[in-house]
Amino acid sequence: MTVNQTKFYMTSVHRCVRSLLIPLLLTAAACGEPPWNDPHPPSPDGLVTYQSVMSPAPPKHLDPALSYASDESLLIMQLYEPPLDYHFLKRPYELIPGALASLPQVSYLDAQRQEVDEGSASVAFTRYTLRLRDDLHYQPHPAFALDDAGQPRYLFGNADEGTRYRQIPDFPHTGDRPVYANDYAYAIKRLADPLNASPMLGFMSQYIVGMKAFSERIATLPRDAWLNLDDYPMEGLAILDERTLSITITGRYPQFVFWLAMPFFSPIAPEVDRFYHNPGFAGRNLTLDWWPVGSGPFMMVKNDPNSEIVLQRNPNYRKAFFPDEGAPGDHEAGYLEDAGKPIPFVDRAVYRLEKSGLSLWTKFLQGYYDRSGEVHSNTTGVFDQAFVVRADGVEMSPEMLGRDITMSPDVQPGVYYYGFNMRDPVVGGYTEDRRKLRQALQIAFLTEEYLNVFYKGNGIAAHSPIPPGIPGYLSGEAGMNPSVYDWVDGAARRKSIDYARQLLVEAGYPNGRDARTGEPLKIFIDVQSQAIGSTSMNWIDRVFADIGVQVEFRPADFNRTREKLLTGNTQIFSHGWLADYPDPENFLFLLYGPESPLVCACDGANNSNYASEEYDELFRKMRVMRPGPERDELVARMVELYQRDAVWLYAFFPKEIFLNNSWVHNNKRHGISKATLRYTRVDAAERERKQKLWNQPITWPLFVTAIVLISVVLPGIIAYRRRQNATARDPQR
Amino acid sequence: MLAYIIRRLFYAIPILIGVNLLTFTLFFVVNSPEDMAVSQLGQKYVTPAAIQAWKQKNGYDLPLFFNAAAAGSGVVTDTIFFSKSLRLFAFDFGRSESGRDITSDVSTRMWPSLAVALPTFLIGIWVNICVALLVVMFHATRLDRWTVLVFVALMSISYLFYIIGGQFLVAKTWKLVPISGFHIEGQVWKFLILPVLVGVVAGIGSGARWYRTLFLEEANQDYVRTARAKGASELRVLFRHILPNALIPILTGVVVIIPSLFMGGLLIESFLGIPGLGSYMLDAINAQDFAIVRSMVFIGSILYIVGLILTDISYTWADPRLRLD
Amino acid sequence: MKPLLLWSDMLIYLLVLALCLFFLRLRSDPQIRDHWRQVFSTRLGMVTFTVILVYVGIALLDSLHFRKALDPVAGSPRGEIFYDNTVTSVLDVMLGGMGERFERTYSAPFALKSFEKQDMKDDNGAAFRDFPLLEHAGRHLAQPEDRGSDILTKSARALLWGLLAAAVVVGLQWYLLRSSSLPWYASWMTQAVVICLGVWLVSISRYYHVLGTDLGGADVAFQSIKGVRTGVLLGTLATLIMLPIAVTLGVMAGYFKGWVDDVVQYLYTTLSSIPGILLIAASVLLFQVYIDLHPDFFAVGLQKADARFIALCFILGVTSWSSLCRLIRAETLKISQLGYVQAAHAFGVSHTRILLRHILPNLVHIILITLVLDFSGLVLAEAVLSYIGVGIDPTMGSWGNMINGARSELSREPVVWWTLSGAFFFMFVLVLAANLFSDLVRDAFDPRTGIRRSAT
Repeated sequence: MTVNQTKFYMTSVHRCVRSLLIPLLLTAAACGEPPWNDPHPPSPDGLVTYQSVMSPAPPKHLDPALSYASDESLLIMQLYEPPLDYHFLKRPYELIPGALASLPQVSYLDAQRQEVDEGSASVAFTRYTLRLRDDLHYQPHPAFALDDAGQPRYLFGNADEGTRYRQIPDFPHTGDRPVYANDYAYAIKRLADPLNASPMLGFMSQYIVGMKAFSERIATLPRDAWLNLDDYPMEGLAILDERTLSITITGRYPQFVFWLAMPFFSPIAPEVDRFYHNPGFAGRNLTLDWWPVGSGPFMMVKNDPNSEIVLQRNPNYRKAFFPDEGAPGDHEAGYLEDAGKPIPFVDRAVYRLEKSGLSLWTKFLQGYYDRSGEVHSNTTGVFDQAFVVRADGVEMSPEMLGRDITMSPDVQPGVYYYGFNMRDPVVGGYTEDRRKLRQALQIAFLTEEYLNVFYKGNGIAAHSPIPPGIPGYLSGEAGMNPSVYDWVDGAARRKSIDYARQLLVEAGYPNGRDARTGEPLKIFIDVQSQAIGSTSMNWIDRVFADIGVQVEFRPADFNRTREKLLTGNTQIFSHGWLADYPDPENFLFLLYGPESPLVCACDGANNSNYASEEYDELFRKMRVMRPGPERDELVARMVELYQRDAVWLYAFFPKEIFLNNSWVHNNKRHGISKATLRYTRVDAAERERKQKLWNQPITWPLFVTAIVLISVVLPGIIAYRRRQNATARDPQR
Repeated sequence: MLAYIIRRLFYAIPILIGVNLLTFTLFFVVNSPEDMAVSQLGQKYVTPAAIQAWKQKNGYDLPLFFNAAAAGSGVVTDTIFFSKSLRLFAFDFGRSESGRDITSDVSTRMWPSLAVALPTFLIGIWVNICVALLVVMFHATRLDRWTVLVFVALMSISYLFYIIGGQFLVAKTWKLVPISGFHIEGQVWKFLILPVLVGVVAGIGSGARWYRTLFLEEANQDYVRTARAKGASELRVLFRHILPNALIPILTGVVVIIPSLFMGGLLIESFLGIPGLGSYMLDAINAQDFAIVRSMVFIGSILYIVGLILTDISYTWADPRLRLD
Repeated sequence: MKPLLLWSDMLIYLLVLALCLFFLRLRSDPQIRDHWRQVFSTRLGMVTFTVILVYVGIALLDSLHFRKALDPVAGSPRGEIFYDNTVTSVLDVMLGGMGERFERTYSAPFALKSFEKQDMKDDNGAAFRDFPLLEHAGRHLAQPEDRGSDILTKSARALLWGLLAAAVVVGLQWYLLRSSSLPWYASWMTQAVVICLGVWLVSISRYYHVLGTDLGGADVAFQSIKGVRTGVLLGTLATLIMLPIAVTLGVMAGYFKGWVDDVVQYLYTTLSSIPGILLIAASVLLFQVYIDLHPDFFAVGLQKADARFIALCFILGVTSWSSLCRLIRAETLKISQLGYVQAAHAFGVSHTRILLRHILPNLVHIILITLVLDFSGLVLAEAVLSYIGVGIDPTMGSWGNMINGARSELSREPVVWWTLSGAFFFMFVLVLAANLFSDLVRDAFDPRTGIRRSAT
């Protein structure tokens, strides 16, 4: 063989080898700033950015009339400002005027619309008068932009005119204007517009006077372009002056004020609605659903639900300050360090899509996310190594303590439960033996142990449907469910399994076998298939096997499970409820007879189909009462009925534990309001320091890989060369 | 040639109709328009009126396939199937059930998919050929047999383990690259290292083994023997005779998947948080967003058909005796 | 005790029976016998085939289901016997209650204490917090320090018994096969190793959790073994189910040509142009809905899981159907042009006869190679599908479900590695053996058709 050929061969092999190494060398060469594994693009200079996540999915709707999910409020509540707000620090939760100058004035009217006394029996309507602050201002937005003639700049006659604008930042001109009372009225009219399909339409038309009629009137109109809802009056809405508005509702509904703190009642400027109805805009995702326009502390500058949503400080935000007072203990916890300072603190907030809990957790530990989560704290799976929840508090793992990570525990105003269907022929019914059967099952289900194993203790076993932090919740012996627990040594102790077996005997199922036929008792649990794993199913199997009861799970998808609940075709079902507002009414209505889907033929909340005349009577009374000891008494009696009738198999209040990196301040969780970004303060220098410290790459694997590759290839080349030379010499021999 | 391509494109129409029909049937046996409305409207206060309004707004208030109430051709045209499919053929994908414009989502998500899939594909082929060539040089030695065994072992490991392992070691333990994510601003390449590495390593087993077989097959051909007999050296045989000839089946074999590179990888994208079309489809399946599923199936089918046509063309290019007619 | 025959049980035994008959028939064909001889004349062939047989054996044992009878209740009027709701298999019994020893939560392999701390009270009633002792591991030890030596002695004893059992099994075979020229000793070695391992595992798992326990405290080794049935059945049943369709359509298309050919080609092009994952997801959801709507068809929960499993096999079969159909069509086209088939036509032999006598037998090698080649791919696909959430029912043990559930465990500190490793090991061995074996089968049978392509 010729020298040339050898060279040709060698270079090709070398080329192969070298190019195999190039990616590695590239990696090794790139050792500059920031750390190699920094997942964020460089932030604009001088702006303090809060790094956050949307997890596990991007929001579906950002239109305040439509959105009803907590991961959506997480964004909406930073962008809009509803009339009322919650105090950031005070507990129990307290309403404060947000966009209002003061809390709404309430007056009571009789059927003739004459003002009467609150206690009067002739009260037929309640009127809320809302007076706005006078420094409310919308964010800069092209919808407000005017041309030289003072006409709206971006109003297009046909779809072609606006095709070069694909995103809101593409519009070169913006404008802004103050918020007027009419904008709030316009937002309520949008709720009533059937085309928006707001979840509030059905519910609020029961209360707001004239909403139903308005909705029906709108439905008859031809809709080919923007319809100015201002042209159509709604009876219950009145604009008293530029900044004053009144809302009239039917009867009494003291909880209505809580709704005024929800995003549904955020102001919508009619010009914005008109802007988004420009022809062709919807086809490019230029809608109110994707580009909110509000008067809140932040405004949206980027919306790419496929990867990130970016908020930036709204330059027109009203004057606002960090609260001066808080709940007891807040001072010691350092929550009042920023008292009286102007808010918001951060300039920018990036919400990055992070689908898997694993990546989220890792990036949090690497210092790239400021908090371990926003809406879902991921109590199971990856997070549980960080802390252990014990009876006397939460214990942080040493690793977390070493990183100065802080913790914000929070009991959500919600309840998760497995309910019995009270109409079921086996477990339902109100006779003594059925009650005992249900109680036996309740005792056998070791809720505390279940929470320990599967939720790492991040939950509180419920004795009543009302979670802590809500008026009507009782702790200690007074709040104990006496049919499942005994009060021993100053703590509630679950009754023994033997007692449960005894109850089963009395219920007619000795050892879990029907006393008449000998047939084993089998209970059916309907669950949503994604909501339960096989390990927890096995666990539940085992606890009921302890009293001889067999369990059969019937997992199904969301729609099928919902169908079963609506038709009452279930025996035991899993369900959860997150409160809209901090009032016992919002929980006790889960057991209100007429709310049963079988009774109201609607999407009712009483999926247990619990029907007790006494309970329903009490509920009707309680619903219209003002908070106070009298109301608490009614609530206590209703809870008692719930406990006696053993309506739910087990229930727990989810506890959320969020972790914060040491450079994030003012981390107190608010169980209901999501409008807390403006209070968050980030120490960006500290963050940068820690990120560098924590993310020193380990480079030896690169060298090892390179050496291994060389040591595999090199002997090969040598061996081949030898062999080749031998072949070449052969014929000469 | 052009006539052939045009004819093939016409053949594609019945196939696409069939694909659409199947997608519709499968989807609507499981879901009714009511189900779709409920899952889009959320969990609280869902009234029948709201469901009806949603159906009307999104065009699901018509019968599925057959409208008995309509007159004339309306029997077929005033249906969900007809109205939704026809628009697909005009490449108007409409809006997803949650209200976003699908075309713009597809066109933005296509690039991350391509950014991952194309390097994986090219580097993969190149690495496999390199490795296979090395192995072929040691054909019929102990080294060769062991390497083949290693190839088989590599392809016996589930792809999931490659991803989990890669993420755990490279990103989590060694902190060499970000654990997940993707964005255009800044250094894109640092998000590509891990998925490309995983993709290439996971493909070495089957790929290199296949190329090795191809090379060996060529090595047994008559012309190779002739070349050897003429006194050509091993190397000349390998690089001048075997490699170019073996490249033909390699190329014609991989052409079919080139168009599908746009679709990205389902698993790698969802594990590593890459906002591409693969994870788009997976999310749509999970969210039961029919509009997206329908559009993605349609795009996938078209790309597949284009791949088939490209394959045929590449055959004629590789083997001039073949004619397309 | 009441035997319970699941559909998949029925199908797998049917398949085994059919395969046996098939091979018996094939023995008469000298050419095919030579091919098989070629496969088994290598040590690798013997070893891999033995490994596959062991997996199949475990799967078959795990497919003999029954429900235990409950104790009769005193005073029960009719003396009727009722059965337990949980279904047990012969394998569960043979493993000696390995699946019934639950802990509270995670524990490491051979650990004595739980992986997580727990609030406990000491004898004086004072609360403290520590790693609790495991319920079913090392309870027989007097001192925790004895663990190492205890494991060694117990293992040694178990291995001794294992060797004894292996000697009996291998000795018997040696007596029967001593005149054979095939490398049986490779198979015997494998058998001995497997038997020793099995005996060791069953005996030592009474004292320790060999592969630790998972989040819910279940034994990981047991779960991994339970995954065998799912893997093996899925790998074989999916091919079995699609085989009749693919062969019938493929042969018809290749033989009758014309419009039949057009229709069949249209069918498989349409099906294969739909992204497979989507077709699978939609169909599995569809079956799930059907199952949910008809709960009365299934007496116990396992039957529901089984119905979904069959559905999954079916749909996996359908998605991989087109490639086999295409191959068969091409091969039939080729064969039907051959002289003897043309001659048969000329003699007026009926289509059925030609198909059965001349064409089908010549397709056997394609079918066989597809069966073997697809096997490992299907086992691997199961894991991916379970990850996406359209795989095996979570109540049915499978490696995919194990991997899916254990995915986040790697991020714990210290790492929980055993669940993933268990699934990985059992899956890897099966797929590796199947891949190596299929290589040999292909080398022996492949008459240089285009099949090689479908392997990659």
